[in-house]
Amino acid sequence: MELSEQWFVLIAVVFIGFFFLEGFDFGVGVSTRFLAKNQNERTVMINTIGPFWDANEVWLLTGGGAIFAAFPHWYATMFSGYYLPLLAVLLFLIGRGVSFEFRRKVDNQRWTNIWDWVIFCGSLMPPFLLGVLFTSMLKGMPIQQDMNMAPAFSDFINIYSLWGGLTVTLLCYLHGLNFLTLKTEGEIRQRSAALAKRIVLAVLGSLIVFVVLSWFMTDIFKVRFIPELVLVALIVLSYGFSYYFISKKHEGLSFTMSGLGLAFTVSAIFVGLFPRVMISSINKAYDLTVYNASSGAYSLKIMTIVALTILPFVLVYTIWSYYIFRKRVTDKEHLTY
Amino acid sequence: MDPVLLARFQFAATTIFHFFFVPLSIGLVFLVALMETLYVVRNEEVYKKMAKFWGHLFLINFAVGVVTGIIQEFQFGMNWSDYSRFVGDVFGAPLAIEALLAFFMESTFIGLWIFGWDKLSKKVHLVCIWLVSLGTFLSGFWILMANSFMQVPVGFEMNNGRAEMNDFLALITNGQLFVEFPHVMTGALCTAAFFVAGISAYNLLKKQHVVFYKKSMKIALIIGLIGSIGAALSGHTQAQYLVKTQPMKMAAAEAIWKDTADPAPWSAYALIDTKNKENKFELNIPYALSFLSYSKFEGSLKGMETLQKEYTKKYDSIVGEGTNYIPPVKTTYWSFRLMIGFGVAMILLSMFGLYLSRKKRLEQNQWFLRFLLPAISFPFLANTFGWVMTEVGRQPWTVFGLMTTADSISPNVSAGMILFSIITYLLLFTILAAVMVYLMIREIKKGPGVHQSSDSKVSTDPFSKVGA
Repeated sequence: MELSEQWFVLIAVVFIGFFFLEGFDFGVGVSTRFLAKNQNERTVMINTIGPFWDANEVWLLTGGGAIFAAFPHWYATMFSGYYLPLLAVLLFLIGRGVSFEFRRKVDNQRWTNIWDWVIFCGSLMPPFLLGVLFTSMLKGMPIQQDMNMAPAFSDFINIYSLWGGLTVTLLCYLHGLNFLTLKTEGEIRQRSAALAKRIVLAVLGSLIVFVVLSWFMTDIFKVRFIPELVLVALIVLSYGFSYYFISKKHEGLSFTMSGLGLAFTVSAIFVGLFPRVMISSINKAYDLTVYNASSGAYSLKIMTIVALTILPFVLVYTIWSYYIFRKRVTDKEHLTY
Repeated sequence: MDPVLLARFQFAATTIFHFFFVPLSIGLVFLVALMETLYVVRNEEVYKKMAKFWGHLFLINFAVGVVTGIIQEFQFGMNWSDYSRFVGDVFGAPLAIEALLAFFMESTFIGLWIFGWDKLSKKVHLVCIWLVSLGTFLSGFWILMANSFMQVPVGFEMNNGRAEMNDFLALITNGQLFVEFPHVMTGALCTAAFFVAGISAYNLLKKQHVVFYKKSMKIALIIGLIGSIGAALSGHTQAQYLVKTQPMKMAAAEAIWKDTADPAPWSAYALIDTKNKENKFELNIPYALSFLSYSKFEGSLKGMETLQKEYTKKYDSIVGEGTNYIPPVKTTYWSFRLMIGFGVAMILLSMFGLYLSRKKRLEQNQWFLRFLLPAISFPFLANTFGWVMTEVGRQPWTVFGLMTTADSISPNVSAGMILFSIITYLLLFTILAAVMVYLMIREIKKGPGVHQSSDSKVSTDPFSKVGA
């Protein structure tokens, strides 16, 4: 495998990590309005992700940085082309990030409520917008010969990409509910399990529609028929098992399954793209691929060495921090956020 | 409107705003780590209180610093896509490594620190805050490596119409990095030191928590002295390096139009006329610039007009004929002087403060304490002016000698889009700054030791269902 191909895989892995991890804290953020009945419950929920959300978000920054370093043309085309959606993602992430810190710094219900709304919107919109971004990439964007694009509104907002955004949001929401079931006690735990059981069905329905849409609107099933078919089967299986495990009250396994579902979904997107990184809707010859968008061999080699040296350490201390905060969160203890 | 100008304005606005928080975070987490170390070593509760109180202020600041930093990573691609295509091969690596090495470390261990007071042993908890501090230093190192490449490009070759990395070691050992990194880090120490000193002074004036704030003040003054002297020394080496690597920036920073006499005087004040390329009035200190530039009382410096001729010969073939290589002179000249001025003021203040503290006259000296409050702004101003001088002085280049700013922007992004994002950012920054200052003042008024009760258990307010 060529170095640039390896980096494509590595970037896919980083985005899998991002959706597996930040996916659940987005989902918890969404649950603060759809599941929580009052501010106390919201506080408990937000504290379940308190020690983790910041590091989870770093997976996105690492993904962005890795694209910049390994595929400068991909980075340049994507970030300048998706100007307004990315601006929106930024604003939501900024608002969300400070809200965790701000929400209970003043002992006032209205103050907390304002920041909690920001957390909700900041957890709902980024997965939606990132879903829109990735699915519109699969469909193809009007990339010209000079590798730049100036997309019209309908290029990134259309039935297909909106459905993609909705699906990704639902996947994160379910993942968050499973996380809450795993990390809370009593009533919240029961309610989130019950809701998760219903949301799994919505997820499956949404995914089926998405697969059908992908069949007609993209070429991923033509380009990679067998791998995509296998991945679709794995995705459906993951969510089927997630449903089963929720019913059997195997909370850890059900969370793992919704995580795997996200991982396979991200994989399906990256497999569908490969070897392209950005598909041109104007002309196949204008596609950005892992070959024409990548950095030079030397740079990629250095980056490979660095990444493979550091990543194990990151994984070790990340796992350690989840181990330290493995206990369920209740309102009977001191809650920081 | 001109998209280049708008993109530049956006970069300046977002970076300057971001860089209000960054040095305070870097410095403050270091101070908090010191305080917690004193707590673990001496086992005195007051140091735990200190770590918690200043840690609280640090966290509010850190939150804003982190989120405004995300803008920076996106911005290169959004507004400067041609730049990104041109240098991504070299420039992307330090950014990716920064995320991988520093951001993960900072974010994971800050989570452990905030939520781990009761879950970790004292020593492990202390290690966590030191790892956060290490993370902030590493973050600074890698991002400044990227910036150093823009000032003094090394470790690359031109290939496929872009700069491609061919020597990673050269990037890490870039001479510019080793004058720039210590300067920024010592500046960060000053920022936190004067922040802590100013707030401590305010409370000492009010005679609140005197022991607590006296101890805080002492740590702050020591770090302030180390930081400000370190900043002066590293700044001096940086200036000498500048004379060698970017003489045009130095000439602009000194408003030297024609080659100087030998020995060269240092300009303390100049009435600059950029149109006629001369200074209407000058106040000079003889010998000083030669000494500052070469550590001896001889040697002249090239003026901007000479350099313009040299650069025209050297670079016109790359960037097009008739390019003006002279940066905005007044901005460069005055930001350089303001930075130095605030820097010197910080050295004097910390020296005088330590002298008073030694003579046990610190609390009695009302005017000094009063002066420390507005002095909180000094390091922020020095940091900002320093960066303005560095970045404006590098113009017209983004990467010195390789790519101009005008060639760096995204060709597919309209002026309207950039303007729209500028307005959104400015609105957002106003809100963030207002909330942050409000919260900081609240925390400071609450004082040390109170915050523990305020964020204990969830309120059981009967009206809490209203928000459901």
